[in-house]
Amino acid sequence: MNAIDPTHISRLVRLLGADRVLTRQEDLITYSFDGTPILNEMPGCIVFPDSVPQISDILKLADHHRMPIVTRGSGTGLSGGAIPVPGCIVLCMVRMDRILRIDPANLTALVEPGVITAKLDEAALPHGLFYPPDPGSMRISTIGGNVANNSGGLRGLKYGVTRDYVMALEVALPNGDILRTGTACVKDVAGYNLKDIFIGSEGTLGVITRVLLRLTPKPRAKKTLLATFASTSAAAETVSAIVAAHIIPCTLEFLDRTTIRCVEEYAKIGLPLDAEALLLMETDGHPAVVEEESAMMSGIAREHGAVEVTIAKSDEEAVRLAAARRTAFSALARVAPTTILEDATVPRSHLAEMINFIQQTAEKFKVRIGTFGHMGDGNLHPTFLTDERNHDEIHRVEQAFTEIFEKAVALEGTITGEHGVGLAKKKFLPMVIGPVGLEVHRRLKQVFDPNGIMNPGKMFDEQEGRDGAERK
Amino acid sequence: MPAHHPIMSRGFLHDLDYSVVQQCMHCGLCLPTCPTYDATQREAASPRGRIALMRAVADNKLEVTRVFGEEMYFCLGCLACETACPAGVDYAHLFDMARAEVERVGVLARPKRNLIRQVTVRWLFLSRGRLRWLGRAMRLYQKSGLQTLARRSGLMRLLPKRLRELEPLTPAISDRFTPLGYQTARAGEGPQRKVGLVAGCVQDIAFADINRDTVEVLEQNGCGVVIPPLQECCGSLHGHNGEWELARALARKNLDAFGAENLDAVIINAAGCGSHIRHYDRLLADDPGYAERARIWSAKVRDISEYLVEIGFRKPTPSSRPTKTRLAYHEACHLVHGQKISRQPRAILASLPDYEIVELPEATWCCGSAGIYNITQPEMSAQLLERKIRHVVSTGATTLATANPGCALQIITGLRLRGMAVRVAHPVTLLAEAYRAEG
Repeated sequence: MNAIDPTHISRLVRLLGADRVLTRQEDLITYSFDGTPILNEMPGCIVFPDSVPQISDILKLADHHRMPIVTRGSGTGLSGGAIPVPGCIVLCMVRMDRILRIDPANLTALVEPGVITAKLDEAALPHGLFYPPDPGSMRISTIGGNVANNSGGLRGLKYGVTRDYVMALEVALPNGDILRTGTACVKDVAGYNLKDIFIGSEGTLGVITRVLLRLTPKPRAKKTLLATFASTSAAAETVSAIVAAHIIPCTLEFLDRTTIRCVEEYAKIGLPLDAEALLLMETDGHPAVVEEESAMMSGIAREHGAVEVTIAKSDEEAVRLAAARRTAFSALARVAPTTILEDATVPRSHLAEMINFIQQTAEKFKVRIGTFGHMGDGNLHPTFLTDERNHDEIHRVEQAFTEIFEKAVALEGTITGEHGVGLAKKKFLPMVIGPVGLEVHRRLKQVFDPNGIMNPGKMFDEQEGRDGAERK
Repeated sequence: MPAHHPIMSRGFLHDLDYSVVQQCMHCGLCLPTCPTYDATQREAASPRGRIALMRAVADNKLEVTRVFGEEMYFCLGCLACETACPAGVDYAHLFDMARAEVERVGVLARPKRNLIRQVTVRWLFLSRGRLRWLGRAMRLYQKSGLQTLARRSGLMRLLPKRLRELEPLTPAISDRFTPLGYQTARAGEGPQRKVGLVAGCVQDIAFADINRDTVEVLEQNGCGVVIPPLQECCGSLHGHNGEWELARALARKNLDAFGAENLDAVIINAAGCGSHIRHYDRLLADDPGYAERARIWSAKVRDISEYLVEIGFRKPTPSSRPTKTRLAYHEACHLVHGQKISRQPRAILASLPDYEIVELPEATWCCGSAGIYNITQPEMSAQLLERKIRHVVSTGATTLATANPGCALQIITGLRLRGMAVRVAHPVTLLAEAYRAEG
């Protein structure tokens, strides 16, 4: 099973120490997957570096012997980006978890890639600052993983995504060289913006070893509203009208009828079971602005046919209202043995059409889909409730999400808003980026990783591609 | 021979309903709440890693190996992962089945380990008589001055190292054990509710006062209490340590002893036992003679604090004492994670007139007691105890409330080693004292 030459293992042990190289069958099994359903593959070994020179040495060794490297943080990804390539070296970054500096004067944080996202946010709090990107796994996801996948979260509309907070990166290239790109300056136009090539590169170009992040002042006030609707289009129109009224809420979250019913079944918070759609809306900022905006949002929701609008009068009530959205994924995950969380994304103006299409597709293929998501930025989470042992159903699930992705692309949207391509969406990538885009991806990969050792076979296959033939 | 389920054919993990294993979607949200993952940052020491190993066994991709066995016994069974799990994985059951499989295959069998298990799990904890006999012997050792003498004279140094390390863990034995066979005298207007009290085994010999306080508080709140005399150890020790058949036998004895059909509630004040006896229904689901009775029992089991809040317990009258004592609350894993009971003991503590509650940092993080984990995995256990004691000290509290005898013993040991004068008490004891102070 172990495809790595024992002499290479000994070399890794000399580099890192015996307790930082795992080769037992029992350990390999526990690193054969990430947060993605169904997919898994056995690695050759797992290594835990704790310094940049160690990473550089590991990469040199791997590059010289053409051994594939799969970099991994906490393994919470949902597109299979951290699933091993058979017999690879898994480079697990969790031991490099120091917050090196928080700089309140420049509003930045310098961190190692293994820092847990939520811990950075906690460390910023005493300075009156916060780190806005909040992926669902933020209590365990790592900053390195967030950067490699350009992770989003619930606050995308107002605060953007991980990319908007990365000021500079240090990256170990496959030949062992250390590349530094970006500075602590808000304005910096010296040379190509190389850091943006690494953000969202899913471990296919190099290993992120240090990250300089932008922090932002914590808003003083927040107000939470919950509205229910008798139709999806009424909810979507409400969202469009709010944005048209020049309000940028920090949260605009949506639940469809299947999700509402699952949430109510699970959490018993008193949601109307006949509602077709639910919106959780939050505005944050200066207390006076928050007061005014929440009143306007409530009015707009009513004008657009909201059946019921509740404005939280206290922090406790806000928490109770937010529970509807917070428990959505848990509520759905309990319904069936296998939960497949997708992230098709469309421009805001096409949301109603997309949501209705997802519901029709579920009926057409006789599969169960609960949809929730980030209405403000058009990022939906159609969630398939299925059983991986039911091969016939899994086949229909695949047919359904293929049609959903095709529809998203037809509506000028994308196949993935925040989870990444990895293995799960690889075959759909050309649909979005086109043949020229694919060719540029391949040439870029060649520049950084000429021997193809970095997470090979993820995102796209690395052949020449000039004749357009796909390598098997 | 390891106990074996009569209808079992291929092993505990193979015969398990596969959807229980499959329910884990390996999202990783359990990782930050797992003390052993926190300490090692190794997936095999995490809940989703262990489930992946169990699944590999069920799928015939992995033999039950010694390493597998060691990983299953490195788990504390604190169930913090269940609280964090978005998919509702029944980790407690998986954990029990995995350890049962480890014992069935015998991969950890060694002469010394076998002997210890034989004497403790398979002999001592099967009979209240034996436990009490040991309790009396220990009481004699402690009260006669022999313990002081042994500790001072250096005689301890003659003991093997492992035994010497265990000596400080031995609990102070109660002067009197629980009055088995007790029944509330019917006087005056008469009790409105009839409840049975599970006396526990460690609780019975080391913390019998907590059982007396429980009876007193229940009676103060209009309950008639019986302590069925023939009850045995609840079997949680056996269930969590791979002795599934013995756990079933003990459950049957307790069902016979209580006759839960005629009670309003079965009351338990030890978190670890409560978390186990709630699942007698699952334990005996395939036993035609007991399945229905176990179902009734499980529906009636209540933790003491849960029950007191449920029946609307009487709050003690305000006190005239000018100063309040600082009190912190350590949430026993098998109360907060195993039974999802957190609000109720806190409500009881909040009702105490003489105490001011300070929040204990990481109150829901395991103290390292974890049943017999402090004996089987002393290093990891000591690390967790140190962390717990550090937090207790940081609060400046002089009383620490907790609702599990294992946690109490562990934390008392930790405080003693540090020379800290913090009282450790069960919430029901503090409530009983408040009632008594009313005069």
